[in-house]
Amino acid sequence: MDTMRERFAAVTSRLLDEDPRLALVLADIGVAGFADAARRHPERVVNVGIREQLLIGVGGGLALTGLRPVMHTFASFLVERPFEQLKLDFGHQGTGGVLVSAGASYDWPSGGFTHMAPGDVALLDTLDGWTVQVPGHPDEAETLLRQAAAAGDDKVYVRLSVQVNGAPRPVGGDGFLTLRQGRRGVVAAVGPMLDNVLAATEGLDVTVLYATTVRPFDARTLRAAAGAADAADVVLVEPYLAGTSTRFANDALADRPHRVLGLGVGRRELRRYGQLDEHLAGHGLDPQGLRARITGFLGG
Amino acid sequence: MTNTATDTAPEARTGEDPIGFGELPRLMGLMTGDEKHGPAATSTLDALWVLYDRVLRVSPATATDPGRDRFLLSKGHGPMAYYAVLAAKGFFPVDWLPGFGAYDSPLGHHPDRELVPGAEIGSGSLGHGLPLAVGTALGLRAQGRPDPAVWVLIGDAELDEGSNHEALAFAGAAGLDRLHTLVIDNSSATHGWHGGIASRFEAAGWSATTVDGRDHRALHEAFSAPHPGRPHAVVARVEPKEKQVF
Repeated sequence: MDTMRERFAAVTSRLLDEDPRLALVLADIGVAGFADAARRHPERVVNVGIREQLLIGVGGGLALTGLRPVMHTFASFLVERPFEQLKLDFGHQGTGGVLVSAGASYDWPSGGFTHMAPGDVALLDTLDGWTVQVPGHPDEAETLLRQAAAAGDDKVYVRLSVQVNGAPRPVGGDGFLTLRQGRRGVVAAVGPMLDNVLAATEGLDVTVLYATTVRPFDARTLRAAAGAADAADVVLVEPYLAGTSTRFANDALADRPHRVLGLGVGRRELRRYGQLDEHLAGHGLDPQGLRARITGFLGG
Repeated sequence: MTNTATDTAPEARTGEDPIGFGELPRLMGLMTGDEKHGPAATSTLDALWVLYDRVLRVSPATATDPGRDRFLLSKGHGPMAYYAVLAAKGFFPVDWLPGFGAYDSPLGHHPDRELVPGAEIGSGSLGHGLPLAVGTALGLRAQGRPDPAVWVLIGDAELDEGSNHEALAFAGAAGLDRLHTLVIDNSSATHGWHGGIASRFEAAGWSATTVDGRDHRALHEAFSAPHPGRPHAVVARVEPKEKQVF
């Protein structure tokens, strides 16, 4: 199976052939995957060099002329470093574009904290109108990337990761998917956290929801699932900063007594290198760690 | 926002009855309450006037035409001269000017493109206009529009912002010959520009020239100078700004 980044390059290269409105802006990351596309479309594939403020500013300028820019680099350099450019060069100008990140929270653990961006989605939450897509499989990434490219002048963030689930689900619809139904509570898994959540909840009488589109947040499905359980107890399992979506779940359940547990990446730097699985375990996001916290919250 | 200046505003003029440069202090006075303005308020006035009067191919009638020339005011602070020129050229009614800065006025102390007819970008935070202009030039080129010129106005102190240097280095290397940067130099950069501002652009592969920012003929010549294969920078020097402490 290819990686999400490889699928991104293949799909976006095809979309550049098909859609004359689409343009791609790079900042020296991911350039090799677009070598053919750059030869075919030298004026719609732009590599600005190691200049991330310009990456977003150029995207904003392309959008002002009516093109639909796709901007790509590691999440830390796409969302965190040029954050004011996202706020002003898109939001304030009233234009749209597609951000596609790689690297996620710890895709390159041996690279250390400089290349980790667990706070990207929380940061985007301070801005209005961004759709956030967190695919859990390369096939899902393709579906969501195609949707993002075709989404008019919407502002869309697509968060790619090395961490994937074993099988794709039929994503891209209106909201969260219901994969299991139970009475003890609701566990919502975001993107690549699904396989660990399914393993962690094996044999538990809980509803499991699967979310790839996390903004806008599917309050309707969460409310229905919580209403069908014995108590409105919800666990969110996100592959980025713990608690990022907690207030959205609270807002969805504001009219009833409820409890929400937000699981995800811890705020504290681990200052560890190693492998992805070690970081998942380090943040309690491996099946054992998740099961202990989920059963502790919902009751065994 | 559609421009309805000619049929809604008694003070707005049409092409047959144009507002001249000499009337701009009065228009600025509608915003500031005083027709006498110091150098800081008018640092951009002459260059803006020459651009809109003699260089830019854009008018209220073509303000949303894909083939129009673009002018991006990056230095959004102190926009009275900009608003006065846009009003004089009929982009919006002169009677909007007295509301400058009011809650229900479209004219803020930094311009908002969603509110001001003719404003290509919203600005205020420094260092955003030149990167946006680079993207605009790339976008026009990618759509097979070699004719529209893209202009961006920045200040010499605004050049402190690193985003400008990302943009000017790339634009020179990419040979964006429809891109033009107007630098209003009122010596307000705290640490100055040792070796001159034009040298930064020249070193990055731009055509660059420095002129008296009050001399309309010199400005027009600098704006009109050919620069095949290279982007073009015009440094317009005006009176030094009095130091302000924020």
